[in-house]
Amino acid sequence: MDLLAHLPVLQVVVPMLSAPIIVMLQPRGLAWAGATATALVSFAIAVTLTLAVLNGQTTEYAVGGWPAPFGITLMVDAFSALLLLIVTGASAVALIAAKPSIDQQIELARQPLFYSAWLLALSGLVGIVVAADAFNIFVFMEISSLASYILIAGGPDRRALPAVFKYLMMGTIGATFYLIGVGLIYMMTGTLNLADIDARIGDVINVNPIFVAAGFITIGLALKAAVFPLHVWVPNAYTHAPHMVTVFLAACATKVALYVLIRFDYMVFQGNLIDHVMQFSLFAMPLAILGILIASAVAIFEGHLKRLLASSSIAQIGYILLGASFVSIAGLSASTMHLFNHALAKGGLFLGVACLAYHYRDLRLSQLGGASTHMPWTCATIVICGLSLIGVPGTAGFISKWLLINAALQSGDWAWALVAIILISSLMAVVYVWRIVEALYFQKPIEGETQLSEAPRQLLLVTGAVAILNIYFGLFPQVPLALAESAAALLLEGVL
Amino acid sequence: MKLLELLGYFNYWVFAIILTVGLYAVISKTNLIKKLIGLSIFQSAVFLMYITMDKVEGGTAPIIQAGVDNQVFSNPLPQVLILTAIVVGVSTLALGLAIVVRINECYGTIEENEILDAD
Repeated sequence: MDLLAHLPVLQVVVPMLSAPIIVMLQPRGLAWAGATATALVSFAIAVTLTLAVLNGQTTEYAVGGWPAPFGITLMVDAFSALLLLIVTGASAVALIAAKPSIDQQIELARQPLFYSAWLLALSGLVGIVVAADAFNIFVFMEISSLASYILIAGGPDRRALPAVFKYLMMGTIGATFYLIGVGLIYMMTGTLNLADIDARIGDVINVNPIFVAAGFITIGLALKAAVFPLHVWVPNAYTHAPHMVTVFLAACATKVALYVLIRFDYMVFQGNLIDHVMQFSLFAMPLAILGILIASAVAIFEGHLKRLLASSSIAQIGYILLGASFVSIAGLSASTMHLFNHALAKGGLFLGVACLAYHYRDLRLSQLGGASTHMPWTCATIVICGLSLIGVPGTAGFISKWLLINAALQSGDWAWALVAIILISSLMAVVYVWRIVEALYFQKPIEGETQLSEAPRQLLLVTGAVAILNIYFGLFPQVPLALAESAAALLLEGVL
Repeated sequence: MKLLELLGYFNYWVFAIILTVGLYAVISKTNLIKKLIGLSIFQSAVFLMYITMDKVEGGTAPIIQAGVDNQVFSNPLPQVLILTAIVVGVSTLALGLAIVVRINECYGTIEENEILDAD
């Protein structure tokens, strides 16, 4: 019982303290087992916290027993619970499946270091989600970013190095912009606790620094979240990273930055700044729409499988931002729901890619001919997750697209245009997913590659399970939907 | 009066100038080491901003002493925050330099355009 009260902090501390232990586990396979066990414990903690949230209670935790505005607080409400499920779930699933793929891509001696960087990234990401303090969010953001730079650069592909250098530059600029914004807010309100800022920001007489802070924070986090014109680090980083790292990061890294963007804006700025609802919508909506259309178009003409999926990720971030820019319960539930469903679909797709990559060195679509005859199960899972990405009824992706269209219909004068954009971009998704299907099923097989077989069972089973989850959450979306709706209600409290 | 008011914000002017100088170096230089130097300058600007805001005229370290009343204290919190941010900056720089070393091993150059040409 006593331990249960400490779950929010254990969520962060368990992976963080396991990381240095994993470094010492040199014998074959032990580092993987340790890391997977830690990830599963994290997932179990997240599930326990989510159950408490579903029972209607918000868990708050004062680190070291220091009460709220003075000490550091951690908080788990519906929004953070959903993100905790995504982050710890993606990390656990990816680690369980990872061993064959990682053994192939990273030499044995460096594996303990690799897994420990993985746990640090996990710890940083969950830290961002549970933190209720602006500066702690910055520190955890940097922990997770530094660890993910290491993960991306850890593979055998030398092109990952310039990619990660670019990511490091842009990520650090983003984090520093966020830090400037937090500094300006602290200057005007004298507090770093998000709830306390919300309470005190109304007393600020000269609001100009707050407006500047809002700009810095939004731009900084948009850089981290790969919102449309700030996304240039994504395609190369995702493409050249080790395949399992792509699964993990594509499923949650940018989503956590989006979570902070949404939470910060709704908790601190919305309802406290004059005209902020309009400013936020006018800023976010055009970027979201441009991102959806342009990134989808890029994906249609992309020839490399991983890069195609990375472009599609940028478009999906556009959907999430579009939902948030409506500033309505319907819009926010749609975008929160899409955070979850896109993690499922894209995680499954990148797992499928990892299966393919086990035998296919070259992942350009033109080189994947005849994959379906050698690897029928892998290709089937890719098709299912691809359908979920498009938003076909019966899959998870349909639920969030439906909610998004509903929210767009309620959004005022331009509703029909928004709905048209969502439908057009869904058609574009059909095109690029079809290009994958065509390459896998109907393209002429490449000469000389006849000895291929299915991916290792461990990898394949997990991929299949994620594909089934895509269908399960398409038919029974109650749990994530309940979380998403109460998250939207919480965020909009005091705004509308 | 107007001019004096502007000069009163001297530290903030320096902050803004250093910030832009750093950002300019990050964007305009093609040498990866120079980019990292720019990034460091960029981050240092933020340290200056935090340290400036906690400075109180005539303020000392916040330690309560027996027999001393009416003491003015400087705010210690921004200093603690920026200490953490400096640590973050140093680790980012170290990791960035490590990546540059690996790039030099793999490509034999640290010029951005030559790396792009190599692939």
